[in-house]
Amino acid sequence: MEKKKITVFDIILAVGLGVVCITCILPFIHLLAVSFSSSAAVSAGKVGFLPVEFTMASYEYVISGGRFLRAMTISVERVFWGTLLNLALMVLTAYPLSKDELLGRKFFVAFFFITMLIGGGMIPTYLLVSKLGLKDTIWALILPGAMPVYNMIILMNFVRGLPHEIEEAAWIDGANAFQTLVLVIFPLLGPSLATVGLFSMVNHWNDWFNGMIYMSEPLNYPLQTYLQTLLVDFEQLLQSSSSTGDIQAILSKMSARTGRAAQLFLGALPIMMVYPFLQKYFTKGLTIGSVKG
Amino acid sequence: MKKKSFAETIKSQWQYYAMLLPGVVITFIFCYIPLYGVIIAFEDYNVSAGFSSPWVGLKNFTYLFSQPTFVRTIWNTLFISVWKLALGVVVPVTFAILLNEMRSNKLKRFYQTLIYIPNFLSWIIMAGVLMDILASDGAINMILHSLGFESVNFLGSASVFPWTMIISDIWKGFGYGTVVYLAALTGIDPGLYESAYMDGATRWQQIVKITIPLLMPTIILMTILSLGNVLNAGFDQIYNMYSPAVWETGDIIDTYVYRLGIVQAQYAVGAAVGLFKSLISAVLVIVSYVLADKLAGYRIL
Repeated sequence: MEKKKITVFDIILAVGLGVVCITCILPFIHLLAVSFSSSAAVSAGKVGFLPVEFTMASYEYVISGGRFLRAMTISVERVFWGTLLNLALMVLTAYPLSKDELLGRKFFVAFFFITMLIGGGMIPTYLLVSKLGLKDTIWALILPGAMPVYNMIILMNFVRGLPHEIEEAAWIDGANAFQTLVLVIFPLLGPSLATVGLFSMVNHWNDWFNGMIYMSEPLNYPLQTYLQTLLVDFEQLLQSSSSTGDIQAILSKMSARTGRAAQLFLGALPIMMVYPFLQKYFTKGLTIGSVKG
Repeated sequence: MKKKSFAETIKSQWQYYAMLLPGVVITFIFCYIPLYGVIIAFEDYNVSAGFSSPWVGLKNFTYLFSQPTFVRTIWNTLFISVWKLALGVVVPVTFAILLNEMRSNKLKRFYQTLIYIPNFLSWIIMAGVLMDILASDGAINMILHSLGFESVNFLGSASVFPWTMIISDIWKGFGYGTVVYLAALTGIDPGLYESAYMDGATRWQQIVKITIPLLMPTIILMTILSLGNVLNAGFDQIYNMYSPAVWETGDIIDTYVYRLGIVQAQYAVGAAVGLFKSLISAVLVIVSYVLADKLAGYRIL
């Protein structure tokens, strides 16, 4: 078949869609430009998509201020332990549930599945976490969501799709269930584990609400919760912190708007950095999820 | 092989049960114990008496439904979420079809990369960006001004606010839907288009007669699966951008529960709203899974 000609329609289509797509990221470029511009240029409305009167003052504030870095450390810790726990529980649960011969399998699957349909809601969960004494500890951010049921089911369906012969060989060699899981099944989980793992990481990084309700001490806020407070009262925070000389020089070149922009950008940066992986695995994950058990 | 007895089966499978134990315990504590907590929705709960607070039956519910500020949140929730649901289908489908019509695969992939980014950013980041560009002196109003339009109070006007939420939610999420539909489109046999082209079908005819009908199962599936979210109008998004000035149209069930239940510590009434929402959502989710199975042959279990 001859190659179809490129028509005017094709060009209009490519340009039109291009404009829409670029519009999706222009606000972020604007944010970046604001974060590197002087407060005077920003308030005069001169900043578009390139920095005006380039300055790093906002970023210097972030580093010297301390609150941001502290919140970031808490978030990194939380993402690390939270994801690790999510993965461990998901794998440990998904593997036995993938076995048809498991006595009571239906009961256990239902036990987990029901939690996707009904829950106690915000208030009873809040009261429980408070009663357990988890408030103001990192456990309040990790334990309540430690078992992501939907992703566990995705993983379970994936394991069910693996050929049985692989395991049987291990059993004949005398491996027990734990050894089979760790040495045989785990290495085969590759892409599906990456998918649910990235999902956990993004969820833990992006969550701000649990930080807000379970941390009564603002110094314990994870990053997104700290950023949330910036949306509300960064102006006040800036005014109250202008005491020492070093900070004074920085503050004269920045404003609440540029400082906020810098911190929002830094808060989005880790996601941008893992984005190529997210894109790769999430597109794959879409198909893994629909595997019928 | 002889059939094993019950005790033997348990004995041979103990390692499986050992693996299940941590997940079962965690799920029991954090998903099942809070279910017991819903009884406080029927109590005049106070912290010192705990779960043995005086039983008041449906009083919390009758109180709630006598509050115009609560009934209002149901309508606001439905308005915002139904529009999000409808546009959340139409926009990505349209976009996927248009992207699919593009000749250059490289450009197609590049565009996909751009629109998929906001999907992964938190609503905190998105709210920060939106509040900056939608402010009265923000980028959007500057553009409107230079084009000779009146400035719009996107976040502070009660009549505009729900639309700001609907459109910004579509903006954040349509990349995900587009990727899903594009994946479905790549599964269509190119031979169909070639023979249609041979028969002289225009591109428009090819879209209407081939692309859309073959995309229909995916569209139906995605729509059904989003039904369970009708009562979730988007807490993360709305909480971070609303203000008392727009409560009239922008206050949703979840923001109401939060203010009442956690900020004002009216746990019983908050739990009552939560239970009300949870029951309706459960029915919707079950219906949507049954429909997905019946109409689209999709089963998660």
